[in-house]
Amino acid sequence: MSSPSRLQVARVVFAKDVRIERRSKVLTSQIMPFAVVTLVLFAFALDGDVILQRTAPGLVWLAMLFSSMIIVQRSFALETADGALDALRVAGADMSAVFWGKCFALVIQLLVLELVLLAGAIVMYGIELRGSGVVLLVTSSISATCGLSAVSTIYAGLASGVRGRESLLPLLVLPVASPVLIGATRAAEAAFGTGGTVVSEGWPWLGVLSVFAVVFGFGGSLAFGPLIDD
Amino acid sequence: MGVNPHADTGESPAVALRDAVALISDFPALAGLDLTVDRGEIVMLTGPNGAGKTTLLRVCAGLAPLARGDGLVMGSDVTTEREQVRRSVGMVAHSNGLYDELTVQENLEFWGSLIGAGDDEVHQAMSMMGLDGRLASVLVRGLSAGQRRRTAFAILVVRRAGLWLLDEPHAGLDSNARDEVDNILRQASASGATVMLSSHELDRAQKLATREVRLAGGVVVGDGR
Repeated sequence: MSSPSRLQVARVVFAKDVRIERRSKVLTSQIMPFAVVTLVLFAFALDGDVILQRTAPGLVWLAMLFSSMIIVQRSFALETADGALDALRVAGADMSAVFWGKCFALVIQLLVLELVLLAGAIVMYGIELRGSGVVLLVTSSISATCGLSAVSTIYAGLASGVRGRESLLPLLVLPVASPVLIGATRAAEAAFGTGGTVVSEGWPWLGVLSVFAVVFGFGGSLAFGPLIDD
Repeated sequence: MGVNPHADTGESPAVALRDAVALISDFPALAGLDLTVDRGEIVMLTGPNGAGKTTLLRVCAGLAPLARGDGLVMGSDVTTEREQVRRSVGMVAHSNGLYDELTVQENLEFWGSLIGAGDDEVHQAMSMMGLDGRLASVLVRGLSAGQRRRTAFAILVVRRAGLWLLDEPHAGLDSNARDEVDNILRQASASGATVMLSSHELDRAQKLATREVRLAGGVVVGDGR
């Protein structure tokens, strides 16, 4: 019996999380409706096409951030509900691989949620995506999602053994994830052309988002095990 | 048929702790504990609440660090070789470490995959624990408490744990399920695995155990076979 590689362990954890989500349908039956309702409430609060179209990218990413907290909580509730996180530690699982597996499972779920939110914003807020902005929107969304998933996975692991983690996690994650909110919003504004912006103004923000994702991705893979242990 | 055909049968004691101190929020849950457990023993830990039973099991599992003292578990140092310790032991505490939304078989396959166990080993473990057949495809959330506990033990078999650390393994089970647990633990011991358990079922555990270690205040105050 040979020990599996880090990649194999990450793949096993990823497949487990995705399988549980597909089976439980929490994303589609609870989180997506919550995200869409948030978009609708923003529309009620900021009644007026001009304001909504100007602020749509920020509203989409705010809804995304709030909804992502529920997904992340859910992802780690799976591990703590019956002591699986402790069991993973006792099993000697490579926690760096566990981090990558859980992080990429989150990326997939958040990307699906983003698609729904963007479609909702286009329909409800009346924004239009320019052809020249598609590549920027897709790449910046993927980078932002990877960064958000990485930072959420780190802090969710850190908070997993703490009482009151449900309220603690947003307090930990949201301030740290603010560069993602700013970068993703600016890039989306450029992609949509809101406020008279042009696509070229969005590319530097893609760089910021990519650096954030790389730093928190690799930093998280190193720190996750010690954070869980302590 | 043995429960754990792959149990480590090395010559060093399964557990050797000397002057072990472990802190829980600055409180010494273990306060200079000395204990040696030979391989193949079934050791019952007794003592009042707060005596240090759970902390002792967590130290042996590599989950709680020693603040002072030395410890070897299955031949590996609990402070400097924590990963090796963890790979050689299995722990079932009040929780079972299962995923409710996966079936019994999927749970076993997941835990087996983490250590490179094949399908044959998973099926063998399910068969040993009576989890094959219809139960294999049942979601864990649909299992009874006894069936969940059996699934947790099956994971220990798949993981080839040489030292079973069980915190209240009878808790929440009906009489039949408790008997099942006892039978499984006897088989595990007969196959070479070492078992350390804490239990409030004193009569039952005394019949099962080959040795009783009594703790109080984080130290051993009684040791009888």
